[in-house]
Amino acid sequence: MNFNQFYSKKVLEHIRHPKNMGEIKNPDGVATVGNPVCGDIMRLFIKVKDNRISDIKFQTLGCGAAIATSSMITTMVKGKPLFEAEKITKQAIAEALGGLPSTKLHCSVLAADALKRAIENYRSNK
Amino acid sequence: MKKIYLDNAATTPVSPEVLAAMEPYFTNKFGNASEPHFWGQEARKAIDEAREKIANFLGAKPKEIIFTSCATESINLAHKGLVESIKYKVSSTKCPHIITSLVEHKAVLESCKHLEKIGWAKVTYLLVDKYGVVDIKDIKQAIRPETVLVSIMYANNEVGTIQPIGKIGRLIKEINVSRVACHLSPVYFHTDATQAIQYLDCNVDGLGIDLLSFSGHKLYAPKGIGALYIRSGVPVVRQQDGGGQEYNLRAGTENVPYIVALGKAIEKVSSIKYQVSKRTKRLRDKLINGVLKISGVKLVGHSNKQVPHIATFIVEGAEGEAMLLLLSDKGIAASSGSACTSGLLKPSHVLTAMGYKPQEAHGSLRFSLGKDTTLKEIDYVIKVLPEVIKKLRKMAPKLI
Repeated sequence: MNFNQFYSKKVLEHIRHPKNMGEIKNPDGVATVGNPVCGDIMRLFIKVKDNRISDIKFQTLGCGAAIATSSMITTMVKGKPLFEAEKITKQAIAEALGGLPSTKLHCSVLAADALKRAIENYRSNK
Repeated sequence: MKKIYLDNAATTPVSPEVLAAMEPYFTNKFGNASEPHFWGQEARKAIDEAREKIANFLGAKPKEIIFTSCATESINLAHKGLVESIKYKVSSTKCPHIITSLVEHKAVLESCKHLEKIGWAKVTYLLVDKYGVVDIKDIKQAIRPETVLVSIMYANNEVGTIQPIGKIGRLIKEINVSRVACHLSPVYFHTDATQAIQYLDCNVDGLGIDLLSFSGHKLYAPKGIGALYIRSGVPVVRQQDGGGQEYNLRAGTENVPYIVALGKAIEKVSSIKYQVSKRTKRLRDKLINGVLKISGVKLVGHSNKQVPHIATFIVEGAEGEAMLLLLSDKGIAASSGSACTSGLLKPSHVLTAMGYKPQEAHGSLRFSLGKDTTLKEIDYVIKVLPEVIKKLRKMAPKLI
C-alpha cells in the first residue's frame, strides 16, 4: 500500500501530527465507541463551558483513518457551541480531510458517533 | 532516507541474473515454440531446458511440470482440473470430497468454495492448533470413501508455519494401498509450496506429493509465471481451452521469457538453498529477539516449524495499518493481517483460525526477509519499531 496515494495529504498530516491527542482529567463528557467492523476504538473527552466545547481530546486505537478522523473532529468542534458541534456529519469530517478512501468512510462515522455520545454523556451528567 | 524492504513474502525483485537470462527472449529469440522453424525451435529448446531445471529441482520428470501464470492459476487447475476429471471418470453418484485447512491461501479456499457452490465437491476445512499446524489425525479421520484430494499448504504465507507435509504424504500413501484394493479412487495430495520452495525440501517423491503449486515472483523471477507439478497418472482436465500447449493441460502460447526466468530462478535457488536458508534464519532470529524485547509484543506461529524468512508479531495497543504507515515514514515496508489493511475489512482468516481474537489480529505485523536483507537493516528495524509502537500506544485509550 502506498500511503501517499491511499490517503490525502490532510489525512497523513493528522496521522503524523495528531491534534488534541490525550486525556482530560475530570471531563464533563466522555464516550468510548468501538467499530465492530474493523476493531477500532475511539474515546472523546469534552469540557463544556457556557454551552460551548471549551476543550476536547481524543484517544484512538485504530488505523490511519481512525486517527485522522478523531484528530480532525477535535479541531472542527473546539470552541464551538454544542448545538453546532452536534451537527457535524461524517461527510463533513471526510470532506475536511480532503476525502477518505471508500473502505475507510466508516471511520468518520465512528468519530461523529463518538462526539454525539460524549455530548449526550455531558447532558446526562448535568 | 534508506528504504528497507521486509515484505518478501508478498513479492521479491527480479534478480539481475534472472533478468539477463530472460531478456533475449523478448527480442532476438522471440519465436513461438509451436512453430517448426528456427525461431520456434529456439524457443522450444529454452522451454524444455527450463522445464528440466524445475523437474530436477522437484525430483520429477519434465513432462510432469506445467507452466502457468502464477501459483493461483496452478492451484485452480489442480483443484478444479482434478475434481472435473474424477467426476467424469468415477461412475459413483457420490460427490468428490476434498480435505483442506482453514489457514490455506485464498486461492485454495476460493477454489474449494467454487467447487462446493457448483455442487461438484464437498469440502472439509480442517481446524489448526494455536501455531497454525493441522493435526495428521484429523486428516485421517476426515478421509471418506469419496475423498479424492487432500490440499494442505507447505508453509503458511502469513505466519510462516510449516505443515507436516512428509507425514501427510506417507499417510495418504498408506491409505491408498487399501483403497485401491476396494476399487476406490486414490486420494491425491496437493500442496501449495509458494512460501516453502526457496527454503525447504521439495522432493515430491520423498514427500509423497502428487500435485505442487508455486509461483516465480517469490523467488526473484517476475510476476506472471508459476508452475504446477502433476505426478504422472494423476487425472487433471485442463481449465483453459485452446491449443495443445503444456501437454494439453494449459492452452495458450507459452510465455517463453518468463518460463526461462523461472528456470533460472529455480536453478539459482537450488545452488544456494542451504546457505541462504541459514543466513536468513540468523537475521530473522535476531529480528525476533529484538522485537520481543518490546513489552506487550508476542510472536505468532511455531518456534521451530517455521520457514526462515517470516516473523509475525501481535502488538498490543497498536493497530497494524497505523504501524505500517509510521514504519513506511521511516522507510520500512512490512505487512499486517489487521482488518483495516484488508479491502474487505475482515481480520486475517489465518490468525482467527489459530484462535486469535479479531482485536489481536488488529495489531498483527509481519516482516518477511529476502536474500538482500542485511544485518544493518534488521538493526534499524529493531531501533525504529519501539518508537512507532510507543507513539501509537500513547494515542490509544487505556482500556482497563
